Amino acid sequence: MMNYLWVGLIVLACITACLTGRTAELSAAVTDGAGQAVTLCLSLAGLMGLWTGILELMQQSGLCEKITFLLRPILSPLFRRAAEDKQAIEHIAANVTANLLGLSNAATPIGLQAADRLYSLYQRKGTPDEVLTFVILNTTSIQLIPTTVAAVRASLGAPQPFDIMPAVWGASICSVAVGLTAAKLFAVLCRGRRHP
Amino acid sequence: MTELLVPLILAFTGIYALTHQVAVFPVFLRGAEKGLQTAIHILPTMIGLLTAVMMLRASGFIDLAGAALAPVLSAVGIPSECAALVLLKPLSGSGGLALGQEVMRTCGADSYAGRVAAVMLGASETSIYTIGIYCGHLGLKRTRYAIPAALMADLAAFVFAAAWVRWLG
Repeated sequence: MMNYLWVGLIVLACITACLTGRTAELSAAVTDGAGQAVTLCLSLAGLMGLWTGILELMQQSGLCEKITFLLRPILSPLFRRAAEDKQAIEHIAANVTANLLGLSNAATPIGLQAADRLYSLYQRKGTPDEVLTFVILNTTSIQLIPTTVAAVRASLGAPQPFDIMPAVWGASICSVAVGLTAAKLFAVLCRGRRHP
Repeated sequence: MTELLVPLILAFTGIYALTHQVAVFPVFLRGAEKGLQTAIHILPTMIGLLTAVMMLRASGFIDLAGAALAPVLSAVGIPSECAALVLLKPLSGSGGLALGQEVMRTCGADSYAGRVAAVMLGASETSIYTIGIYCGHLGLKRTRYAIPAALMADLAAFVFAAAWVRWLG
């Protein structure tokens, strides 16, 4: 699906640009986009290294184990195979914690390590449901304090920038519930199709 | 208070590791090296996705499609000012933030549209980008149902963002 999506985005952009006459902007975007990807990646590389270094410390010192103990009741039913593997469940717990704290620069590199470990539990074959569940969980927002948005609101003169928090929590919970339910339903449907 | 969060996490982890007989600095370096490899590893995905998304934005598609979708979205309570945000946020985090900021600025931070835009930004992630990074990193050939499930979650986030803003005021 990623293949179609990627080609689709580019073709759609070309067609629309021809219709709207924004071909000059389109061609500038190609150069900008590729260049910006490298700038963005390099500017994130430092933070990614810092956070995976901190993760390694948390793991070696047993701090990860403590976090995992707290989150296990929620994570075990979602990640059955990972729950039996110390490293996988600890990495997943660290990723979820980073997401809850709103540290997305930490959540991504830690999450990628978690996904790697989880995938290796399935001998790195196919696209296991459990790996997809983890990816889908990371596409939803489970941030407790929406700092970035609150900062924008404050800069625009909102008297109480954080008063949107209850609504953010409500919408986030609904979104996570829909995402995980959809993942579960799709998984069951796929299994049903393979073994009619 | 929140700006102290990261420094305190670093300090706490360092002290905890020191008092638990961990060779702090070598262990940190080993972990940091993994992170740098990850950063290099996701670079091709970023180049591909960011280029495609920036092309789409430059072409004016997001604005056109947003305007076309606005009546449908306002039927579920999403203000028409936020229609383009529904399309952009799953594709681009920085683009979504810029667009949301624009809505908040033009309509007012505490207007209905401004509050819905803020909650939409806070309650969703950049799904397509996230799926691209994870699947690219793992080398998955097929993403199966990841994209539809993630987009359903995003849509739920947007619809309920409007609903919760209405319910909570």
